[in-house]
Amino acid sequence: MALSIMERHKTLERNVTLLAVFAFLAVIVGGIVEIAPLFWIDNTIEKVKGMRPYTPLEQAGRDIYVREGCYLCHSQMIRPFRDEVERYGHYSLAAESMYDHPFQWGSKRTGPDLARVGGRYSDAWHVQHLKDPRSLVPESVMPTYAFLADRDLEQGDQVAELQTLYDVGIPYTKADIAKANDDLKAQADPTLDAGDFARRYGKANIRDFDGNPGRLTEMDALVAYLQVLGAMVDVNAAAAQEQSGEEGGR
Amino acid sequence: MTATQTYDALRHLADSWGLVAMGVFFTLFVAWPFRPGASNRNQAAATSIFEDDDDD
Amino acid sequence: MESVLSRAGLWLVVLVLAIMASAVSVDFGFGVHMVIVAIAAAIGLGFMLYKVDGEAIAKGIIRSPADPGRYDDEVIRWGVIATVFWGMAGLLAGLYIALELTWPALNFGIEYIGFGRLRPLHTSAVIFAFGGNALIATSFYVVQRTCRARLAFPGLARFVFWGYQLFIVLAATGYLLGITQGKEYAEPEWYVDIWLTIVWVSYLAVFVGTLVRRSEPHIYVANWFYLSFILTVAMLHLVNNINIPVSWVGSRSYPIFGGVQGALVQWWYGHNAVGFFLTAGFLAMMYYFVPKQAERPIYSYRLSIIHFWALIFLYIWAGPHHLHYTALPDWAQTLGMVFSIMLWMPSWGGMINGLMTLNGAWDKVRTDPIIRMMVLALAFYGMSTFEGPMLSVKSVNALSHYTDWTIGHVHSGALGWNGMITFACLYYMTPRLWGRTRLYSLRMVNWHFWLATVGIVFYIAAMWVAGITQGLMWREYGADGYLVNSFADTVAAIHPMYALRAFGGLLYLAGAVVMTINIWRTILGHLREEAPLRDATYDPAADRPLVPATAN
Repeated sequence: MALSIMERHKTLERNVTLLAVFAFLAVIVGGIVEIAPLFWIDNTIEKVKGMRPYTPLEQAGRDIYVREGCYLCHSQMIRPFRDEVERYGHYSLAAESMYDHPFQWGSKRTGPDLARVGGRYSDAWHVQHLKDPRSLVPESVMPTYAFLADRDLEQGDQVAELQTLYDVGIPYTKADIAKANDDLKAQADPTLDAGDFARRYGKANIRDFDGNPGRLTEMDALVAYLQVLGAMVDVNAAAAQEQSGEEGGR
Repeated sequence: MTATQTYDALRHLADSWGLVAMGVFFTLFVAWPFRPGASNRNQAAATSIFEDDDDD
Repeated sequence: MESVLSRAGLWLVVLVLAIMASAVSVDFGFGVHMVIVAIAAAIGLGFMLYKVDGEAIAKGIIRSPADPGRYDDEVIRWGVIATVFWGMAGLLAGLYIALELTWPALNFGIEYIGFGRLRPLHTSAVIFAFGGNALIATSFYVVQRTCRARLAFPGLARFVFWGYQLFIVLAATGYLLGITQGKEYAEPEWYVDIWLTIVWVSYLAVFVGTLVRRSEPHIYVANWFYLSFILTVAMLHLVNNINIPVSWVGSRSYPIFGGVQGALVQWWYGHNAVGFFLTAGFLAMMYYFVPKQAERPIYSYRLSIIHFWALIFLYIWAGPHHLHYTALPDWAQTLGMVFSIMLWMPSWGGMINGLMTLNGAWDKVRTDPIIRMMVLALAFYGMSTFEGPMLSVKSVNALSHYTDWTIGHVHSGALGWNGMITFACLYYMTPRLWGRTRLYSLRMVNWHFWLATVGIVFYIAAMWVAGITQGLMWREYGADGYLVNSFADTVAAIHPMYALRAFGGLLYLAGAVVMTINIWRTILGHLREEAPLRDATYDPAADRPLVPATAN
């Protein structure tokens, strides 16, 4: 008996395929046990009132946020500590990033957290800060992003963009997708007829964001995105309170 | 089975039998090199990289 | 002839497709990338049509020895050069972004060199370009010698090398152009990911193929680590990069996983990129090159087997410690923390195994700077694998997370462990691969050692101070019950530390420059005339043993 076990060990030790299979099993089990349950938690996150998909303009701003690597210095995840809550606002709820593909929680705060930066500063402040951060915050080490104000926002592929986002699970309606190109323009220009835009996207800001009404720039999109961060959910409403109570154990 | 039930079932598995199974497998693998007769083989494997001079 | 024609035809198809894709691309970056692919295909086609023997040309350029040798080492020689080249590029990028953080004017308002675009360039260059080339080169070196077999599929091995370089070029240029998925350490976009998958599967085929052809009964433990590294990285890469592209001729895509799931999948990937790319793969280097350089078998082969299984069993669970106190469910955070702490044991087991290999040869630490580098690498491996579990304790993490402490931790591992063990392996392999009697200069290795060591000390000490300072300042309350510091105050407070960090990086880079010269001259076959490094001569006058206490 002992001999046969030894023989089998010998086989394993000398067989590439078996070694590979066992090594792979060892790593895959850990991954599955830990990750798989999370794919059912999606439905256990109660929809917090106010959460909606990003408008085409906000999503375009989000793409710029990702493109410029903002997540490398700014987190979007407020932890439930007294100092963080006082500094940044109510701690982040899981539901608040449910439409974030990719998530942008970040891992480093070279600059402050941005999870609830929406509505905290004026559009003009953001534009000035992005153009020249040190004119407003002398200690800042942020790069300048003046070029955003000089560059027209790429337009025309918003339908494909929203369709792709729909494919990865974001609940845009048929109307949202069909009207995406027009919605993009309408949100940044109050003089245009926005149609039912405001009804489809609750609490969306409709205005010129970059202080340059004549042009739709990348600055418009980025500021529109920043201004909606954390502003969708009223954290003091009853449903959100219930949800945060459940998550509060962390 | 609803999603919540699936989640709960998986969570339950993850910190009961799933964990036990992992632990058992792990213990077996760790015990493996201590089996009788292993040390000769280990010795051979450890020195195998010095057997040829023209390995360099 | 037929195979030449069909291969030329394949290059032509790639060339035409790339030109077409470039012409109809929906964004500038994708167009640029397709031009790069077209250039690569045109070079391949040109070589094929004009019957240029690329390998012979390369041999002339890098001065490969005429003797083909017992093993297929040509691709490893390229790998050594690529490792040095990308190492320099990655360190230079790192130094520059460190300076940008200290003096933000260095961003110059130019989008291509802003911190947010250069940082992924730095991390990818050092991890995937420098580390990846080192892993591919050493794995091919080790697997042939431990199996006493030549590489299986030599043509595929060359494809792995050049394909991997193309991956690096596409990823790096993409970052500068703003092409990114927005996930740390997994920034390359969908088409670059697909390309890497093809290259990686080929790598697995070459590696496993060589193992299968071995004439040695036992699979040496270094190969276990290499195999698990290749397999696990393949799994991580595939799962974390499931994206849907917005356009088939555009660079942008969106990941299937978002929100909480996205975060967990990402850090399951991110942490195991550390665990299997930067740990398992580099431990494989340790298990071959440390015994070889010390000329002693590994301290305990049994311990190495336990080390292997414990490491791969435990590492895979540790990812959630990157998400403490976030919206990730509590149980997952706790699971990640517990496994991270357990990980301390196998890590130190491995470190002890490496260090104890020097038993009876500790004098070499004084006389052989390569051994000294290996010892330092293992010491830093031990230090960062102690620091890691400590930082994964939730209450410590509450302070350290989001601060520069994490950056310091990463660099004690990357500069101390990965960097030093790689340098030692390069110094070991270069004279042997080029058939030189010895390195150009052992004293320059000594210089490299000290420049790098002092550089690391500056770097991590500055980051510890910066991290803890900032963490404490963020949570500081005054007697009035209000927060004391604005965020900007904390940025100003750590500014001197950022300057010190850049200085440490400069020293480390200077050490790497010394190495580049040394390896270059070794390849050219130069031998520096220098006094040998040797033991201190015994001086009886200086030897004053303690006088035994006399009984009163």
